[in-house]
Amino acid sequence: MALLEVKELKKYFGDTEVLKSVSFSMERGEVLAIIGSSGSGKTTLLRCLNFLETANSGSIRVGEHLLFDGDDPAFKSSSRIRRNRLFFGLVFQSFNLFPQYTVLGNLTLAARLSAKDQTKITGEHESIDEINNRAYALLERVGLSHKCDAYPCELSGGQQQRVAIARALMLTPDILCFDEPTSALDPELTKEVLRVIRGLKSGDNTMIVVTHEMEFARNVADKIIFMANGIIEEIGTPEAIFEHPQSPILQSFLNNALN
Amino acid sequence: MSDFINVTLHLLEGFGTTLGLFFLTLLFSIPFGLLLSLCSKARFSPFRYLIRGFIYIIRGTPLLLQLMVVVYLPGIVFQSPLTKWEMFHGNTALSYFCGALFAFVINYACYFSEIFRGGIENIPKGQFEAGEVLGMTKTQIFFRVILLQVIRNILAPMSNEIITLVKDTALARTVSVVEILFCASEILKVDFIIWPLFYTGVFYLVFNALLTFLFGCIEKKLSRYWK
Ligand SMILES: Nc1ncnc2c1ncn2[C@@H]1O[C@H](COP(=O)(O)OP(=O)(O)OP(=O)(O)O)[C@@H](O)[C@H]1O
Ligand SMILES: [Mg+2]
Repeated sequence: MALLEVKELKKYFGDTEVLKSVSFSMERGEVLAIIGSSGSGKTTLLRCLNFLETANSGSIRVGEHLLFDGDDPAFKSSSRIRRNRLFFGLVFQSFNLFPQYTVLGNLTLAARLSAKDQTKITGEHESIDEINNRAYALLERVGLSHKCDAYPCELSGGQQQRVAIARALMLTPDILCFDEPTSALDPELTKEVLRVIRGLKSGDNTMIVVTHEMEFARNVADKIIFMANGIIEEIGTPEAIFEHPQSPILQSFLNNALN
Repeated sequence: MSDFINVTLHLLEGFGTTLGLFFLTLLFSIPFGLLLSLCSKARFSPFRYLIRGFIYIIRGTPLLLQLMVVVYLPGIVFQSPLTKWEMFHGNTALSYFCGALFAFVINYACYFSEIFRGGIENIPKGQFEAGEVLGMTKTQIFFRVILLQVIRNILAPMSNEIITLVKDTALARTVSVVEILFCASEILKVDFIIWPLFYTGVFYLVFNALLTFLFGCIEKKLSRYWK
């Protein structure tokens, strides 16, 4: 059974239909890259998956859990949305670290707050030590153990993005989404962030990466979606997409992107 | 010399009232201003316009006028001056003080609410969204993530307003609050000496210097997080 199943997702902003019935699915451990020109709806799709936008219709299912059904208003209640969010993680283009917390604080803030809530409900919860240890382990994975007491403003862009990745992983999402994680970085820093993302693949994480880095999409993704004007124009293995593009839009997009 | 000490002691007493008015105004107007700023962003539009209209009126009229309205209007409308109100037990000084305090709180809350609104609107949307995707509640995001950033944004305009407040307390004299200027003019009336009136300036200056120093410290503390 597919881990993620998105069916006929539609999203309007006012009268503009930004997502026009998007459907796809992915398996556990897969890496899905989404490519497409500016304004094609890639960010909007990720934001709908993370419930930062509410889709107008369609459904989202992760494993057994139906997380969203556009026909049922019950899926739009804010407490339900908050719970459903934890199936997904999101890494932003602009990092969005919390400036007033250290690296460790950024990683542990949400976990500490939810542990506190959990105590009230069940009396049982993850201890601060356990949370910190998990954070240290993740920082080691993104190669930043030595920065755990630094503030975001003291880090390079690449380091900030690696912290943001570790922060998203703290909540053990089933699916980790990246929205152009390296667009705000220069080439040197891009490499270190992409290396980290590639490293996560071997760790059996399921990921969706919106990217303009064609080389990365080709080498790391198991499957690629090409979006144009709010629809999935083409979907396939990197080989199929890059070597045998079918639609003329994809062909001209690749021509532009690869030259 | 004994004159100088006596005058100083007398003025200090008045300055106590000045400080009381100052601190109590801050104590109430900051939370009230925060409430107003949140209400002025409410989804329900009639309510939002009501709040914004109120803020507009308060900011567009002189504080001096508002003071007079609060202190004298009850006497005209209800035929019962503030001093007769049961809560004050006929205590004239207390009733005038509370009337003035009320006017100051409303006035400054409106100014603060506009500063807060600007401070909140200047926070990058990504900060809210980062909190949301981490499963935090709106309240948690506000208090744990946003608030300190708002404080940083509003520090400069707030310190201006607060220093203005120190000086504005002198207006309370017009509604018989015995603050430092009132005391100085009493001395002038009774003892015919004028220098204490000018001497009051020293009190304001020293206190404002302290505040400026304090704001400097806070700014230094916060600058650690933002380069
Ligand atoms: N909040 C919004 N309100 C109105 N229109 C929006 C909003 N967000 C996005 N859009 C529109 O939706 C379309 C898709 O935007 P989206 O950001 O998803 O594109 P994208 O594929 O991520 O582009 P890019 O590669 O530039 O990031 C665009 O035409 C954009 O103008
Ligand atoms: Mg985008």
